[in-house]
Amino acid sequence: MGQESLTAAEGRTTRVGARMIIVVVTAVLLSALLGVLVGAVDLSIGAVLAELADRLPGVDVDSGLSARDAAILWQLRVPRVVLAGLVGGMLAMAGAAFQGVFRNPLADPYLLGVAAGAGLGATLAIAYFPAQVEWPVSPLPLAAFAGAVLGVAVTYVLGRSAARPYAAATLILAGVAVAAFLTASQTFVQQQHSDTFREVYAWILGALGTVGWREVTLILPYVVLSGAGLILYRRLLDVMGVGDEEADSVGINSSRVRLVVVAAATLGTAAAVAVSGLIGFVGIIVPHAIRLVLGSSYRVILPLSLGFGAVFLILADLIARSVLAPAEIPIGVVTAFFGAPFFLLVLARSRRMA
Amino acid sequence: MSDLRLGDVSVAYNGTRVVNGVDIHVPARSWVALIGPNGAGKTTLLRAVAGLVRHSGLVEIGGRPAVGMTRRRLSQLVAFLPQRPILPEGMTVADYVSIGRTPYIPYWGTESAGDRAEVSEVLERLELHGLAHRRIESLSGGESQRAVLARALAQRSEILLLDEPTSALDIGHQQQVMELIDDLRVEQDLTVLTALHDLTLAGQFAERLVLLDQGVVVAEGPATAVLTEERIQQHYAANVRVVEEPGAGLTVIPVRSNTSSNWGTIPHD
Repeated sequence: MGQESLTAAEGRTTRVGARMIIVVVTAVLLSALLGVLVGAVDLSIGAVLAELADRLPGVDVDSGLSARDAAILWQLRVPRVVLAGLVGGMLAMAGAAFQGVFRNPLADPYLLGVAAGAGLGATLAIAYFPAQVEWPVSPLPLAAFAGAVLGVAVTYVLGRSAARPYAAATLILAGVAVAAFLTASQTFVQQQHSDTFREVYAWILGALGTVGWREVTLILPYVVLSGAGLILYRRLLDVMGVGDEEADSVGINSSRVRLVVVAAATLGTAAAVAVSGLIGFVGIIVPHAIRLVLGSSYRVILPLSLGFGAVFLILADLIARSVLAPAEIPIGVVTAFFGAPFFLLVLARSRRMA
Repeated sequence: MSDLRLGDVSVAYNGTRVVNGVDIHVPARSWVALIGPNGAGKTTLLRAVAGLVRHSGLVEIGGRPAVGMTRRRLSQLVAFLPQRPILPEGMTVADYVSIGRTPYIPYWGTESAGDRAEVSEVLERLELHGLAHRRIESLSGGESQRAVLARALAQRSEILLLDEPTSALDIGHQQQVMELIDDLRVEQDLTVLTALHDLTLAGQFAERLVLLDQGVVVAEGPATAVLTEERIQQHYAANVRVVEEPGAGLTVIPVRSNTSSNWGTIPHD
């Protein structure tokens, strides 16, 4: 019996342990609590906890919050924290997935033209469909989403006709060309409409300032769909680590895996970008931090990226809105400020990987 | 037990034929070595059998044509190891060897208890127990070659295609790996086709050699018939002596041309 269990342990693959789950859930809850507590109006922690508990089924407590304070909590802070969590988790998970299918430690979810496409879409919307016009649906997120998806689709079509169709390097090169073209178009439109400069710039740096429950419900289905899809591929992403040819030799179709993973990650990323702008670095630093501590298996990296990406962006947003309060620092500035030094660390390590 | 039969197999890259009408039969449980100079088409031929490159002609595994099999089915029957396998940084040895179980695991699934037991067994057999949870890049050259073999064995396929399995190893580890492959072949009824540069090792371990040059089979048979000094001169442009050592088989020794006068004739300026 002792011998048998010893042997079984030998063949055990990496997995998310119960302790990891407890740590990540606790971190998400603590950062979310911190996120709803900090703001221009002081809300006491006891009152906030009571107010949150009151919403649980079967619990009825009086928090003592005034109607105004309750509105601040439920209409401003909670949706903002939830959205930051969704966007952060989505970007981190998509980044991890991109690093897996492209076997490139520096890949991020914007690699194949998502950012440039969304930027062009957003700029067109700001220039030609200004916000004061009443539309049934807000045109900005729609245009950004469409631009992002279109950017990646064009990259894939171009990557198909190359000598090595759909290979990682082919797609990355096609993505560089598409991104450059879309960015040039975006810059041109922006120059033609110089009055939009400020708004476009603010969008590009990322912002969670004006969000509410509407944005949350807008992106939630995409994040759930994309996240669930990527989690299904966690083992195949590990298989992709041995390269296309060897992955194919154990019976999978590596080009198809790459296509599905890119499609799933792009859908979620496009939704995140549509409501929050181009928040950088989350997709690189969160998966790499997990990799540095817990190893390279996507069975661990994908689910933990979702959790720690949420924590990272909730905290980054907290800093963005409290350091210069009542003014806000663009959240992209905060993530890059902490992300760039970390990125250099990753770069130094990746030299050894090459 | 499966044999492997290639009939009139050709592969073309961009219109150039790199493998041209090759017929080879590898009987079940035997070891056949593909030899030939660089660019002869050995690797391409192995890749064709593994279903990784488009080819014409017939590949039969245990009498069943490989064409029309799904990738998954083919990889249950044939395991392929390239000359320089990619070892993903940070991956544990157990995770790496488990990749070999992919043909048996549902598309979106993970390893069952049965898969884990297979992996444990293979790790045990290749003396990798104790290294199972080490990161693969921390293994020595000999250990990582065993890990790569373990991944192929975890596929539980009856046919093993190995491209230069000893090329990165020192002479001692070369021998150990060749002996390991031979032991595994016998005890697990494997049919082995390898590409090999080392003609002496090829002659000692493989039952039959197939000499390829420019995509064509130019000689085949037991080592004593294939490895002649003239043939090696003709196809490798190499000066060798072939010595038959009683009990040790053939030894191919490279001989330096103009040995006597070389040093004296180098001008000094």
